Amino acid sequence: MKAIINSFERHYFTKSLNNPVNPFWVMVRKEVSGHIRSWRFIILLGLILLTFWGATAVSMANLRDVVTKVKDVDQLFLYLKLLTTTEGALPPFHVFLNFLGPLLGISLGFDAMNSEQQNGTLTRILAQPVYRDNLLLSKFVGSMILVSTLLFSLSLLMIGGGMIITGVMIEAEEVLRIISFNVLCTVYVGFWLGVSILLSVLFKQASTSAITAIGIWLFFTVFYQIIIDIAVKAFAPGANEMSQIEMFRFNKVIINLLRLAPSQLYNDATTTLLMPSVRSLGPITMEQMAGAIPSPLPLRESLMIVWPQLSGLIAATVLCFAFSYYCFMRREIRT
Amino acid sequence: MDQQIIKLTGLTKHYGTFKAVNELNLNINKGEIFGLLGPNGAGKTTTILMIMGLTEPTEGTAHVCGYNSTNDPISVKKHVGYMPDSVGFYDNMTALENLMYIGELNGIPTDELEERALEVMDIVGLSEDAIHKKTAAYSRGMKQRLGLAEVLIKKPQVIILDEPTLGIDPSGVKEFLSLIRRLSRERGLTVLLSSHHLYQVQQVCDRVGIFVKGQLLVEGNLDNLSKKLFSEKTHEVCISLKDEVEIPWREESALLQLGYIQNVLVDGKKIEITSVEDVTPEIVRFFVEKGYPVTGVQKKEYGLEDIYQKYFENNIREEIYP
Repeated sequence: MKAIINSFERHYFTKSLNNPVNPFWVMVRKEVSGHIRSWRFIILLGLILLTFWGATAVSMANLRDVVTKVKDVDQLFLYLKLLTTTEGALPPFHVFLNFLGPLLGISLGFDAMNSEQQNGTLTRILAQPVYRDNLLLSKFVGSMILVSTLLFSLSLLMIGGGMIITGVMIEAEEVLRIISFNVLCTVYVGFWLGVSILLSVLFKQASTSAITAIGIWLFFTVFYQIIIDIAVKAFAPGANEMSQIEMFRFNKVIINLLRLAPSQLYNDATTTLLMPSVRSLGPITMEQMAGAIPSPLPLRESLMIVWPQLSGLIAATVLCFAFSYYCFMRREIRT
Repeated sequence: MDQQIIKLTGLTKHYGTFKAVNELNLNINKGEIFGLLGPNGAGKTTTILMIMGLTEPTEGTAHVCGYNSTNDPISVKKHVGYMPDSVGFYDNMTALENLMYIGELNGIPTDELEERALEVMDIVGLSEDAIHKKTAAYSRGMKQRLGLAEVLIKKPQVIILDEPTLGIDPSGVKEFLSLIRRLSRERGLTVLLSSHHLYQVQQVCDRVGIFVKGQLLVEGNLDNLSKKLFSEKTHEVCISLKDEVEIPWREESALLQLGYIQNVLVDGKKIEITSVEDVTPEIVRFFVEKGYPVTGVQKKEYGLEDIYQKYFENNIREEIYP
């Protein structure tokens, strides 16, 4: 027994004295500090802060009107209103994030691996006693730490500012909703980060991978909906020829097709989380509506609705990342 | 046998149908400086990458310090310092930060990290003001030095340098190589360096291997190599005269009677004499006695350049006339 304690103490002692940090966290730290010092991140930070400030300022200005319209004090959700209210001039912050998020993810990851290879640092780092996958993972984790910190601090700023200005206490449900909104945003940015890291592994030139990533993003935000639209017009029978059930089914198919785009998933999920009155993301039949109480959904129910969206985004991220693993692990690393 | 710190057996690497390295067998002893010589594209870098465990060999094994490079690359990398041919650093960090980052990756405790980094910087001769400079402002030679510092910070047993003299000016090369030699001698480091600059390698290496098209043609120290290669014409003396001699030269048969002399070639003012043994004094005496005005005596010695040239030539010839 004593021997065990001794060995444990010795182990503990050497660990605390010499503290050789795990190489993985060393790499993560280097990634984070590298990003923070880079102009790229500072510019993006400025952009996001500006939109956040703009969106919040607009909703602050209109807050009084919105609040007076609400009849039931229990359903006020002041802080969610702060995030979603618009006047029409400026879209709310979560809509902004719908296209700023991909930009953030892409710009943080598009040159992750290929710049290392181009600069000749890749061979040097891999000649150190570190695992090859740790390098890839550190790029991802480092950027994710940055993004999540950024988003969380923005939300906390918003809550704090709102408290000072309005003097209304925030409710626990609002806090949880805002936190889940942040988690969702982080996952969404993470997906684009995964895509851009994959492209940085695939393409030797950083500019090629950046352009490709932006191309994919544009495809999903602009062209994908147009293509679905055209396809629907070409294949759909006339509205008069369909029964109601068929129409219903057809609509569902279209929505599911649209949901292959990550931005659609993000949109669905954020709306549900930030607007508790949203009850369903697809078409609902009259039978389903019958007996429904027109009140906001509790958080648990909202989470249930966004769960498929969230898991879809996570799955897509993991898929991208797994593929970049596959490509990177066996490739030649020389320049 | 445990003296052999790098052991390569039947190491082979194919890229598709192209054989980059073919059945390489090589042993490098502890504490020696081994030069891997060969033209560009001979497979030197591929071999080094396989030794480091950064590329998987198609066949064969590489053992470094008793560890298998393919199965246990982490242990190999702990004991081997590798400097690639194009050293690159993170340009947004200073030299010291770059070095400390590598030190941290090698698990050097934080409290002695900076001290050790400064120590190796001092060894490689990077001055006080260069330490805090961003590496983007570094010259090629300084980068090379920083690369060596980074190799040394992990206190390796083996140093592998891929084209360490590439792109440095001649005085820098000399200094760099003498630094490597001094380090090897002082600390008992084993050094494997690859190069295609032969005369530079000649200065520092204990042993060299000539590597052409994925095959190790010959290995050994310089004396052995030249003996092996130039067995048929061991000594060559070139005598320069003040006046031209007419052909056929009347003294030729007399010279041939001196003994050991195999061949005499007269070309204007120059007479080239090939002999089995070194008979330069006798030849000079012969000319003086005959009253020829000798302006110069040149004894031809075979350096690495000639050895390499010879191998390389043979190889090209084979390629042309298979």
